[in-house]
Amino acid sequence: MTITDSPVDNGVNVQALLDARTALSDAPEAAEFTWRASCTWRNGTHSRSTVDGFTGLGGEQQHRATYEFDVDHPECFASEDNGATPVEYVLVGLAGCLTAGVASVAQLRGIQLRSVTATIEGQMNILGILGADPDVRNGFDSITVRFAIDADASREDLEALIAQSQKRSAVFDVVANPTKVLVELA
Amino acid sequence: MQTTTVVIGAGHAGLAMSHRLTERSIDHVVLERGEVADSWRTQRWPSLRLLTPNWQTRLPGYHYAGGDPDGFMPAAEVVATLGSYARHIGAPVRTATTVHTVRAASPGFEIQAGDDLLRAQAVVLATGACNQPVIPGHASALPPSITTLSPLIYRDSDQLPDGGVLIVGASATGVQLASEIHRSGRPVTLAVGEHVRLPRSYRGRDIFWWLEATGLLAERYDEIDDIIRARHLPSPQLTGTHETTMTDLNSLTSQGVRIVGRLGRIVDGLAQFSGSLPNICALADLKMNRFLNRADEWATTSGLDGELPPPHRFAPTYVDPRTPLELDLTSGEITTVLWATGFRPDHAWLDIPVKDRTGRIRHDGGVVTGAPGLYILGLPVLRTRASTYIHGASADSDALASHLVSFLSSRCR
Repeated sequence: MTITDSPVDNGVNVQALLDARTALSDAPEAAEFTWRASCTWRNGTHSRSTVDGFTGLGGEQQHRATYEFDVDHPECFASEDNGATPVEYVLVGLAGCLTAGVASVAQLRGIQLRSVTATIEGQMNILGILGADPDVRNGFDSITVRFAIDADASREDLEALIAQSQKRSAVFDVVANPTKVLVELA
Repeated sequence: MQTTTVVIGAGHAGLAMSHRLTERSIDHVVLERGEVADSWRTQRWPSLRLLTPNWQTRLPGYHYAGGDPDGFMPAAEVVATLGSYARHIGAPVRTATTVHTVRAASPGFEIQAGDDLLRAQAVVLATGACNQPVIPGHASALPPSITTLSPLIYRDSDQLPDGGVLIVGASATGVQLASEIHRSGRPVTLAVGEHVRLPRSYRGRDIFWWLEATGLLAERYDEIDDIIRARHLPSPQLTGTHETTMTDLNSLTSQGVRIVGRLGRIVDGLAQFSGSLPNICALADLKMNRFLNRADEWATTSGLDGELPPPHRFAPTYVDPRTPLELDLTSGEITTVLWATGFRPDHAWLDIPVKDRTGRIRHDGGVVTGAPGLYILGLPVLRTRASTYIHGASADSDALASHLVSFLSSRCR
């Protein structure tokens, strides 16, 4: 930690996170969360997903508002482009998760951030989803994230910051590691 | 039978404690399931050497006086050393005495050991940190044609069938066995999760010299930021030899070992590896360089720059961009899976409610929580970072023996 005239403030309540870690270690059942979204088909490839509540801390929780997300495919896929594509939402999720991690870890380590911009790209050969080549996978071949960070810290400290944010990232883990997925008919 | 204190386990920790109790005239007995240094006799592969140099193998009343202070003891020499240490300090060891249960009695404790029932006012658990291999749940998804084993039963590569070997885990155990087994002509694939990269030596001194000199090993358990993490850190990627500076992933890659990410799951005979490998390696490189920076700063502050070779840095860990994310375990290419995924203590025989939800004993620097008179010794970062290594038992046993004496005197009042 560096001691500066004005305390570091990235807008992250680190004490609350540390308190939660202590409290939840003693009450592991409260640490079990279920995150939810519901998705309704509109027309064509267009759907609208809604996020409002989740379960955790031993009960039902509500977001401050209901959030809606239009999902569609672009016009070059003969769609209407009413929203981002599903794979772009994956990139949004990963970038948002890593960026939140950067801010939190920076706060914890006493690094004042001035700006953080993540540029994220997922490379994909769409012959996979078109079923045109069985040797090509459906998903991303690889994902690259480039962070531009303006902060009071050395390059090595910033490298450690983005390394730690990956290590503690839920979405990084979901994307990089296998997850059991069950899809069934209601 | 009645005794003041029962020590369970005659390894380095139990013997050190025995010496401390003798120094303080505390009547005690050391119960040992087999012979002195039993784990080193029966659960270590013969080519394993201590990670710490001989000069650092210090116990109360013992220091290395052999001809190779900078060398590393092989398993058989550890057995011999602890055997002569036990004789030297006159430890009251009862060998071939398995402890079946330890339970609370009033007052004190009741210990069922062999055919005897012992009563004691204090009990010291020193049965080791590596009694059981930690094997991930997905081991059960391996195809039946695959031979599996843990490092506790590995002796040498002749024990393995011909063909490729998947070693899961890249701690000291994983990297040492990867190198040894690959040299036997069995192509090794190493699945790598979080690991600790360190050079064997730096600026002409052994890494453990640096770890001790800079004060890192002396860091106390109650001063470490994240003690949970510190206690679960994999052992550093080191080998007890001066033949190579590094037993890291780069050296294994150049040896021909295939490096893959952490084993995520096995589905339909297909092993899937994490895509986090580049970050895992970046974390290990950053952590190593942070320590080397600390070492260099300490050397400068201590005025040693004149007598030590100049600072330098090691090449970053190379990650092949073509690293596979999957491996077909049914193709016949892999015939063996070796789980180098860590170890845990076995306290199943301890019938006292002092364990957390994962079965680990709750303690405050070795003073077991919620059971006055019960102590534990010989665990990673028990009281300091040195506790992980043999010499750490020296200070730990001293502190706990003192605590034990005040506990006993408080009961007599």
